[in-house]
Amino acid sequence: MTLGELPVGGSGTVSRVEGARAFRRRLLELGLTPGIQVEVLRVAPLGDPIEVLVRGYRLSLRRDDARLVTLLRGEE
Amino acid sequence: MSEAPSDARPAPNAAASRVVLLGNPNVGKTSIFNHLTGLRARVGNYPGVTVERRVGRVRSSATGRPIDLVDAPGTYSLSARSEEEQLTFWEVVGRPDLGRPDALLVVLDAGQLARCLYLLVQLLELRVPLVVALNMADEAHAPADLPARLGERLGAPVVATNGRSGHGLAELVLALERVLADGRRPTPRLHVKYDAGLRRDADRVAEALPPEWKGDVERTRALGFWALGTLEADDEWTGVPTSLRQATQEVQAEGRDIDLALAEARYAAIDELLVELGDRPPVQRIQATERVDRILLHPVWGFATFTLTMCIVFQALFAWADPAISAIEWLIGSLQAAVTDALPAGVMRDLLADGILGGVGNVIVFLPQILLLFLFIGLLEDSGYMARVAYLVDRIMQSLGLHGRAFVPMLSGFACAVPAILATRTLERRRDRLLTMMVVPLMTCSARLPVYSLIIAAIFPVGIGGPWPLQGLLLLGMYLLSVVASLLAAWVLGRTLVRGRSVPLLLELPPYRAPRLAPTLLMMRERAGDFLREAGSVILVATILLWGLLYFPRPTEAAGATDVATEVRSLENSYGARLGKALEPVVAPLGFDWKIATGIIGAFAAREVFVSTMALVYGVGGDDEDVAPLRERIRAERKADGTPTFTPAVGLSLMVFFAFACQCMSTLAVVRRETQGWRWPAVLFTYMTGLAYVASLLVFQVGRALGL
Repeated sequence: MTLGELPVGGSGTVSRVEGARAFRRRLLELGLTPGIQVEVLRVAPLGDPIEVLVRGYRLSLRRDDARLVTLLRGEE
Repeated sequence: MSEAPSDARPAPNAAASRVVLLGNPNVGKTSIFNHLTGLRARVGNYPGVTVERRVGRVRSSATGRPIDLVDAPGTYSLSARSEEEQLTFWEVVGRPDLGRPDALLVVLDAGQLARCLYLLVQLLELRVPLVVALNMADEAHAPADLPARLGERLGAPVVATNGRSGHGLAELVLALERVLADGRRPTPRLHVKYDAGLRRDADRVAEALPPEWKGDVERTRALGFWALGTLEADDEWTGVPTSLRQATQEVQAEGRDIDLALAEARYAAIDELLVELGDRPPVQRIQATERVDRILLHPVWGFATFTLTMCIVFQALFAWADPAISAIEWLIGSLQAAVTDALPAGVMRDLLADGILGGVGNVIVFLPQILLLFLFIGLLEDSGYMARVAYLVDRIMQSLGLHGRAFVPMLSGFACAVPAILATRTLERRRDRLLTMMVVPLMTCSARLPVYSLIIAAIFPVGIGGPWPLQGLLLLGMYLLSVVASLLAAWVLGRTLVRGRSVPLLLELPPYRAPRLAPTLLMMRERAGDFLREAGSVILVATILLWGLLYFPRPTEAAGATDVATEVRSLENSYGARLGKALEPVVAPLGFDWKIATGIIGAFAAREVFVSTMALVYGVGGDDEDVAPLRERIRAERKADGTPTFTPAVGLSLMVFFAFACQCMSTLAVVRRETQGWRWPAVLFTYMTGLAYVASLLVFQVGRALGL
């Protein structure tokens, strides 16, 4: 399960961040580090981008980029 | 902690202090900059790149040294990769030409605190004197004592500000002046607990740092962390010594996950700080914004509002700008007539009337559309709706490798490529700007319409096609062709010449706010001024050159003569027509003769000039308001063997050529201005002309084979 596959309202815990180094580093720097809780708050009408709650702030990113963030488990 | 003033600080009586304003993108930096500098920024360029460098003098209260504020590109971290963000790193660490800044002014968005603190943590470690603006603290409902408590932990002054209302900015300047006066570097109680191994690695790398980067232990180690977390084989950084790269590579080769370790250590410290502060981040965005977004981002109502808004923008560019454009054309026409009447016939008179006044007209005729477009962009940006536009259409744009924000420039391209290319400024990344600039000129701009109308009316008779008149279908087809071509071009160029993005793309949704007119008017003034100064001169010179090309050499009997026949002879004899004749073998496979080639050369001034150049080539009167004589002449034109010159195949080929070719020096001049060089205009011209040639060749040859 990755962040890119979570439905609206779905949440999970980050287990791993992948991607080319610059991509991965930016995701980490935005606060998507292992152990952090994330929740999908909104999806754009055409299905992309998605808005994610992370570390108390809202982050809007593309689904493809969010797929680089693997989650430990999905919870409702 | 060392309290000694930095050795890089100039003497008190030296020139102005240099303060670098920085922060994450979209935290309100520009509003603060405009307030502090009183809207009098000097806009220059970073050497060698196409990024603007804005510097403004701070209106200070005290009698101390004046302060020059540098508006550095927004960045999420110092370990960045884009060109803009690298510039911010050099502004902070010290540029080879300017040295270290005297202080930093770091803007945090109170509503995005955790993410903003990540950059601040890195900046604190560099031990440069700094002041923090906690922006939009009121909007985020931050407690009143948050700035003081945050400041105490950061060991640097923190001031609550509102960049829109100007609240807190006077206090911010005072704090800045105090820091500049005593040169006090931050003494944070916030400590990032990098593990011992990581610290050792950083210290090893730091030995290879250039001496002018180093400072106390903290700064030197921080730059070691920076090198470890930033440098890699293909990082595109320039100005980094090879020895530092080698040292970094040696440590990196040991295989630890340094990026993860750095991010985790910093965020652990930030989390601890936020807990200490008791900050409950404003998870619930402002209620009003939430309610509005439920409508404006709704699958049905959202797109309905979007369509309506875009229709208004488009209508404005097309219809509202028209009276102003007509007025400018009338004014230039009257001036030209006055000059022609007042001066004796001759080269000087024609140069002044047709070359210089024509050139000035070619420049200012763009102003109505530029001003209107930036009026809308300013209001849309400032209200927060532009971010929603990007959010709504990003799914479509991303499949072509474009950013959601490229939508408005692309749409504007249907009116005119010149304001549309200027509008690419709304894109943050250079790569996104470039790609958008490269495809916008393919959109069917309004200058192509007179050309299409002439060809369609002259070659394709009315009354074919029954309920779906052929003429209308052809025009619709030209619009569709331009959309398909620009999307395909974006797809291809995004994978070849303008390489892909190297970091995840963020599309933030800021809270809705009442749009303000003052910053919008400022932007309109700046953009129009830029255009007049930098693109205008190129357009003026090019108009005069083109005029000369179609004017010289003068036949001897032309002196004093003004009748049409003499003008035609003069044009036929001109360098432009000679060039057209020389090009005839090249364009013959497209179905064009030298007369059409001459018309195409003339159309380089502006596409609609094709109509008047053709009128001149054929020696008929009329202008782009009244094309009837030219239309008849084109229908009657016969080749040597008696067959019509303008067959449907020629007409289609010519229209396709105008759809694709970059027949517009103003577009090239604006691309040059925006990219600060001739490379990208050359790329644009080459690929569009190549595309036009191949497409017209196909259309003509297939058309002729089909008997058209």
